[in-house]
Amino acid sequence: MNFRALFRPKTMAVIGVSLTNDRHPANVIYNKNNLRYQAEVFAVNQRGGVLQGKTVYKNILEIPQKVDLAVIATRAELVPTIIQDCIQAGVEGAVVVSGGFSERGRKDLQDSLASLAQEADLPVIGPNCLGIYSPPYIDTFFIPSERIVRPARGKVAFVSQSGGLLADQMVKFAEEGVGLSQAVSIGNKAVVGEIDLLRYFAGDPETEVVTFYLEGFGKDEGRAFVSAAAECQKPVVVLKAGKTSEGIRAVSSHTASLAGDYEVFSAVLAQHGVVEAETEFELISFCEALSCYHKPIEGRIGIITGSGGHGALAVDACLNHGLSVPTLSEQDQNEIRGRVSPRVEAIASFSNPIDLTGSAVDDDFMGAAQFLSTKQEFDCVLLLLLPYVPGITSDLGARLSQVYRHEGKPLIAYVPHVERYRMFIEGFELNEIPVAHSIEGAVHMAEAMRRRQPWLRKR
Amino acid sequence: MVTKKMKEILSASKDTGWVIEPEAKRLFSMAGLDIPRFTWARTTEEASGFAKDIGYPVVCKVVSSQVMHKSDKDGVAVGINSDRKLTETFTRFSRLEGFAGMLVEEMLSGVELIVGAKIDYQFGPVILLGIGGTGVEIYGDVVLRMAPLTDRDVESMVRGLKAHQILEGYRGSKPVNLEQLARLLKVFSILVMDLQGMIESIDLNPVICSATKCVVADARVVLRRHEQ
Repeated sequence: MNFRALFRPKTMAVIGVSLTNDRHPANVIYNKNNLRYQAEVFAVNQRGGVLQGKTVYKNILEIPQKVDLAVIATRAELVPTIIQDCIQAGVEGAVVVSGGFSERGRKDLQDSLASLAQEADLPVIGPNCLGIYSPPYIDTFFIPSERIVRPARGKVAFVSQSGGLLADQMVKFAEEGVGLSQAVSIGNKAVVGEIDLLRYFAGDPETEVVTFYLEGFGKDEGRAFVSAAAECQKPVVVLKAGKTSEGIRAVSSHTASLAGDYEVFSAVLAQHGVVEAETEFELISFCEALSCYHKPIEGRIGIITGSGGHGALAVDACLNHGLSVPTLSEQDQNEIRGRVSPRVEAIASFSNPIDLTGSAVDDDFMGAAQFLSTKQEFDCVLLLLLPYVPGITSDLGARLSQVYRHEGKPLIAYVPHVERYRMFIEGFELNEIPVAHSIEGAVHMAEAMRRRQPWLRKR
Repeated sequence: MVTKKMKEILSASKDTGWVIEPEAKRLFSMAGLDIPRFTWARTTEEASGFAKDIGYPVVCKVVSSQVMHKSDKDGVAVGINSDRKLTETFTRFSRLEGFAGMLVEEMLSGVELIVGAKIDYQFGPVILLGIGGTGVEIYGDVVLRMAPLTDRDVESMVRGLKAHQILEGYRGSKPVNLEQLARLLKVFSILVMDLQGMIESIDLNPVICSATKCVVADARVVLRRHEQ
């Protein structure tokens, strides 16, 4: 199946618009795409008519142009016939927003939809879903434009088994400044499922990280999913719901009892290099870090801070997450001491964490970061940057990003996220250095890079 | 890898739903895993004759298709060191439900591990390695991998146990034979791939690992319930 028409259609039909109710999901989709997105949109309703001065076609076959993508939001009973019309009209992809299929006991309707699509090799998203968010081309989410929070264009593709969670997660991506390339709510996944989309995004030039919200897989689908993930060169991040098993089934062996559904899920994903986020907060941090850095690390962290307390908290968080904080040799400590300003030299501490104190200036951070970036003992550097340290400026992010460009050692920054410090944060973000809004978040980012290794056990 | 004889063992147990220990051991022995020297004795004479051959002390276990968890029913006796005790044990076991004889086998010492398999709904065959024995579910120190296992999987499984130092030699104790353990895990994982249509889960518990070998000291195969 070719997914191009799903994500980059030139023309799109919205089938099932209402002539009387402008809050109908189909109208919401029609309006927002008509006003804000690039694809040319056509409205379809079996009674025909006029909507906002434009022709409403009675059938997709009446549309005078070739339609790439059909979005269907009619009653479920009508969908199989409409799919047949779409196939006849030469449509190359469809999104079925409508509910009322297997989730309401109408497996028959879903089966007939699926077999029509498969026979015609037509990729269909849904039914019972929000569909596809693919700016600047289309957005089939039936959420009014003014209510949806759109993250910046970015490198993360998000596939979700829940539409509501996806919309909510987009708010958080936007808040944290993590960009999305595309997002898909897959609903009942009658035709196109997680594995198809994983393979598609693996080859999509606009996507660098593929993220999933999963509730569970069908029979043996997990096996196919991890095989596809192991082949994918890009990081794959998963957030799983339903970690606790409801009602212990009577199990007859120790193995069956110890290898519960979630235990197996988590272990097998890690075995294949899939990064599992435990919470939605981890998910965002993981996506942010992995959209900047692809190479796995072992997790030997060098820490540079402007405050001893922050350094100590960061060490605790690192150790709690299975990362190590190697100490610096006497010789190395002397070396750094020689690189910082005299005022700092007298009061700073040069083991790991390197605490440059509140007297530090930009050059002190630069010197310490440059030094740690060349040392084999460390494979990632955490910068705990406190903008209230008077000697540092908002240029620091941009300057530090040059250290990464030269040395290739991942840098992760922590900057408190308040509006006042926006310029400090952007100095990093605009130069593709991930910035966390908490120390814990910064450590999550380092952990994401470590977890991308199938041979390390998740701790 | 699955031979006709192995399939016969499985299909003979269809009615009970699981394979009794002596038959399960025979199956894993055919697959190339080490098992203890044992006999399935139907009489006290057979039992004491075998015990004399291999020498005391021995382990005795009840054979009964009604008793899946033998320890729970007091159906295991270790350190039996005389004919008298052997006979006593036989008599005691003979009163257990479904008694079909007594297993007499050599005593082994080493680290007790569990090696298991489960056919998972989402992921198919998965392999478990953990600290074994009767307390296996209390320790809960286990690692899981999807089968078939690669060399790297096997290596990471041992390292992934919290108690991995016990296997690698701790405070003067000798390390267990990790090559034999790796071989066991790989042979087992291939076997499980081949048997996946017929089984639901397998416990090899304990697998007793010493500096020289890893021996499957007990085995239980739970068969897949057939839909029809």
